[in-house]
Order: sequence, then C-alpha cells, then structure tokens
Amino acid sequence: MDRLSENKRAAIWSFALLLVGLLVWELSISTQQVATGELTEYELLTGAGTAKAGVPPPSEVIVKAWEELSNPFYDAGPNDKGIGIQIGYSIYRVLTGYFLAALIAIPLGFLIGMSSVAYKALNPFIQVLRPISPLAWMPLALFIIQDSEASAIFVIFICSIWPMLLNTAFGVAGVREDWVNVARTHELSALKTAFTVVLPAAAPTIVTGMRISIGIAWLVIVAAEMLVGGTGIGYYVWNEWNNLDLTSVIFSILMIGVVGMLLDAAFGLLQRRVAYVE
Amino acid sequence: MANAFLSIERLTQKYPDGKGGEFTVFENASFGIEKGEFVCILGHSGCGKSTIMNILAGLSEPTTGVVKMDGLEVSGPSLDRGVVFQNYSLLPWLTALKNVTFGVAARFPDWTTQQVEDHSIAFLDKVGLSGDAIHRKPSQLSGGMRQRVSIARAFANEPKLLLLDEPFGALDALTRGTIQEELLKVWSGTDQTVFMITHDIDEAILLADRILLMTNGPLARVAESVEITIPRPRVRTEIVENPNYYAIRNHLVQFLGKRSAELAGQPSVEDETHSPEPIRIDKTRGEASNAPMLQAVKI
Repeated sequence: MDRLSENKRAAIWSFALLLVGLLVWELSISTQQVATGELTEYELLTGAGTAKAGVPPPSEVIVKAWEELSNPFYDAGPNDKGIGIQIGYSIYRVLTGYFLAALIAIPLGFLIGMSSVAYKALNPFIQVLRPISPLAWMPLALFIIQDSEASAIFVIFICSIWPMLLNTAFGVAGVREDWVNVARTHELSALKTAFTVVLPAAAPTIVTGMRISIGIAWLVIVAAEMLVGGTGIGYYVWNEWNNLDLTSVIFSILMIGVVGMLLDAAFGLLQRRVAYVE
Repeated sequence: MANAFLSIERLTQKYPDGKGGEFTVFENASFGIEKGEFVCILGHSGCGKSTIMNILAGLSEPTTGVVKMDGLEVSGPSLDRGVVFQNYSLLPWLTALKNVTFGVAARFPDWTTQQVEDHSIAFLDKVGLSGDAIHRKPSQLSGGMRQRVSIARAFANEPKLLLLDEPFGALDALTRGTIQEELLKVWSGTDQTVFMITHDIDEAILLADRILLMTNGPLARVAESVEITIPRPRVRTEIVENPNYYAIRNHLVQFLGKRSAELAGQPSVEDETHSPEPIRIDKTRGEASNAPMLQAVKI
C-alpha cells in the first residue's frame, strides 16, 4: 500500500467512500416500511395499501440511469424525451447565451481595461447591474422578447457577462508596462499590440473569468428552464417532480453535476494552455 | 556637436513636486554621439539617467529640449532605436526564439518566415544561445540567458541606435563578465551605435569609447565626457595592465565619489554651450608629464 502513488491512494479512498455512501443510502431506504396488516376498505380506497412515495435507493437510481443512458435521444412527445435531448437543449441555450456574452464582454473589457475614463464611466452601471439575480430579469425578458426560448438565453447572457467583463478589464489593466513598451519600441499598431501582446498577457485572467461565467451559466440554466418550461434539463427535473418520479429527479441531478464538471474541465484545459510563468 | 549622428540638445525634465511647484530632475543636458560609438553614462540614482534613456527611446517626452538623430527630430518610439530593458522584458508566453523573431518580423515585414527565423537564430548564436535552449520559454532560462535573448533581440533588429538600460544590473558578477564580453563580440562586428546606462565603473571602462558623467540630481547635468584611451579589442584581464586603466578609473571614482555632489544643484548658466567638458587621460604618451596619477588632463 505504501508503495502506491498519492493519486492511486486517493482514488482508492474515493472509491471506498462512494461504496460506503451508497451502502448507507441503500440500507437506510430499505428500512422504510409500507403500511402492513389488515386494512379497512376505507384505507384501501384512500391508497394506504400502495407504497408511500419515498426516496429511492441507489440501486433503483442506477437501474434508471442505465435505462436512460442506453437510449438518451428518444423522443416520445413533449413530456417524454431522452436525457440526451434535454441536456442538449440546455447546453445549446447555455452556449448561445454564453458566447453572445463573451462577444460583448471581452471587447468591452479591453476598452475598460485600457481606458480609465471608460472604466470610471461604466463602473456605476456594472456595480448596480452585477448583483441582480439573473432570474429577476426573466419577467422583463419574457415581456419584451415575447419568446420563452430567447428569454432563457437572455438570462444566461446577462449572468455570464459580468465575470468575463470584469476579469478581462482587470487582466488588460494589469498587463506589465514593460511588455507594452516592447510593443511600442517595435512600432506595433494598436490592433497588433492588442492581439500579440495584451491578449496573451491578459489571457490567463480572461479565461479565469470565462471559467467562472460558464459555471454560473450552468447553475442558472436549471432554474431558468424550471420557469420557462418546455425542454431542457431544468424542465426535466421539474417535470419528474410533478410526476413524483424521484428516481428520475435524482438521476437528473447527478447528470447536471456531471455536465457542469465537464464544462468546467474544458475551460480548465483552456486555462492551462494560455497560462505562462513570468 | 550639432552635426553629430545623435544630438541631444538642452533636454530638461521637470516634474510637479506635489506642492504646486516644480522639481527639476536635470536641466539643459546636451551631448552628442557619433555613429558607431559606444557611449556609457554614469551617475548616481536619481540624476535622471533612465529618464534620458526613455526620452531617447521615445517612450517619454522631455519638458523641453530636442533629440535629433540623423538630423531629424525624434518623436515617439521607433524601430530605429532598439532598447534592452533592465528586466529583460521578454514576453513570457513566447519561446526565446519567438521573442527574437517577434522583433525581427516587425523590423523586416517583407521577409519570409524562414528568413526571419534564420536571422534570429544567427543572432542568438552570437550571444551563445543555440540548440535546445532557444526553444525554451524565458521562465525556463537563467537570468543571464534571458538577458542574452534580450540582447539578441535588440541586435537582430539592427537599429540605428541601441539603448541599454543597465542591462547587467540584475546579474551576478561572473555571468555579467561573460555577457559583457559577448556584448563586445556582437558589437565589434557591426557599426552599431550604443548608448548604455550603468552603475558599474569597470563595466563602463571595458565597454565604452566614451563615458558621460552626470552630477547628482536634482538639477543634474552632464558634466564631463571622458574618453577611454584604451585600445580595442579589450579583454577584461588585459586592460587592467594598460597604464591608462587606473588613471581613468581613479578619475571616475573621484567624480562619482566627490565631485558629482560638489557640482550638483548648480543651475546652468545661460549662453553656454551646455556641452560636457571633454576629458582625455592618456598615460601612454607624454611620459614626461609630472602630473599626479589622479589628475585629469584636459585637451
């Protein structure tokens, strides 16, 4: 055991914790009892004979997961779509809103980072708009845009813009004077300086902002879809709650976690690519 | 002096002193540099050496005065004036080679990628960097290697004027010695004009054709221009044998130790040329002279 690397030991521990957790969960569920003994006709009529809806044991969740994941893209009507389709809708909304936000936040962040006048002029707006819960925009968005799909995208847009905007501005403002001087002594144009010196210098900070934004966007999409309905993983969770299908609810919660982790990992990879050591 | 390749005419730099008044760092600094000349400037901290360098580089503007190169007034940074910064200023996300090609590509936009790369590799080779090292990022190089890259970048651009801002200040003494010799090697093959700031008297004597001496600030000025009468090629271990070496060195030490303070703070008189007083110390001729070792011989 001592000869194993740190990573291997950690993996063994993780696996053991998972097993213990699942076991405790499984055991605690199976002790929940349905009503036993003779029932009166009245009790039978009111449904006391059927099992009470309860939190399902992990074994059921695993069976459900297998079932859903083995056929993720089926479409059997508006209320019965595969998990792959639901997640696909959510990712589509998140990425659309997110990239629209990046398209505005990064150039604007450059401007704010380079000009202290622009920073001072825009700062009050940013400070007031930033703390607003993205869902608070929903009624206004629904009224103005008149389209639930676009409103959900707008909510993602508005929640992902701030970390990217502020981090870009911060990164650009913090580019070392020496590097800008190198660009100046080489007579680089403003555009060339922005792309060959300022952008790579600020990239780690910008990508950190992008990583924070994608995390927030994924948090918000679930809530937004619960409100707008129709499709998406958030809608799926709420729909399964209405169906009182807790197995599906737990399964979809886990899926939300996994997708969020993958999105974060993708930006983690990007972050490592643009990182540099001074 | 007005006809020199580079002429600095009555530069004055003033800053607000924070109490509504003005603080004059240096006043009426005037001197010239000939083409192909290697000039060092020596002076205490705060006399405005770095400010003069930034003005020559075009990175900052003097309060008054002009800098002319080839008869044309200098304004703003230009590829004609290369700078080696004290802290190397390499772009950390690029490899050593890319840091050099970055500059070369900007200087020679018509060249092909291959030409740019060959030219860059040749200059990196001149400062003793080749093979695997040129594909490493600055963070994977030692301080000395980083400064070599920085010097290669500046020389590869073949600027009309090369400005070195205390390039060896952050290096240990042994590395400094090696790179000084490499700098001499790269420079001697060209007719590159070099203007260098340093704090190191021995370094200045080894490298320079002429040393400009500044008095202490505020109201600093360029007081003397000392010719280094030691023949080239110079090697560290040999120049100390030259009879002029210690004479010049003593003169510089005396100036920095005593006279830079005595001469400080005197507002310059109008209607003067403001040129530094030329000093020539040569012990190899005029052996008959009974002048004491320490005394400057004016010409």
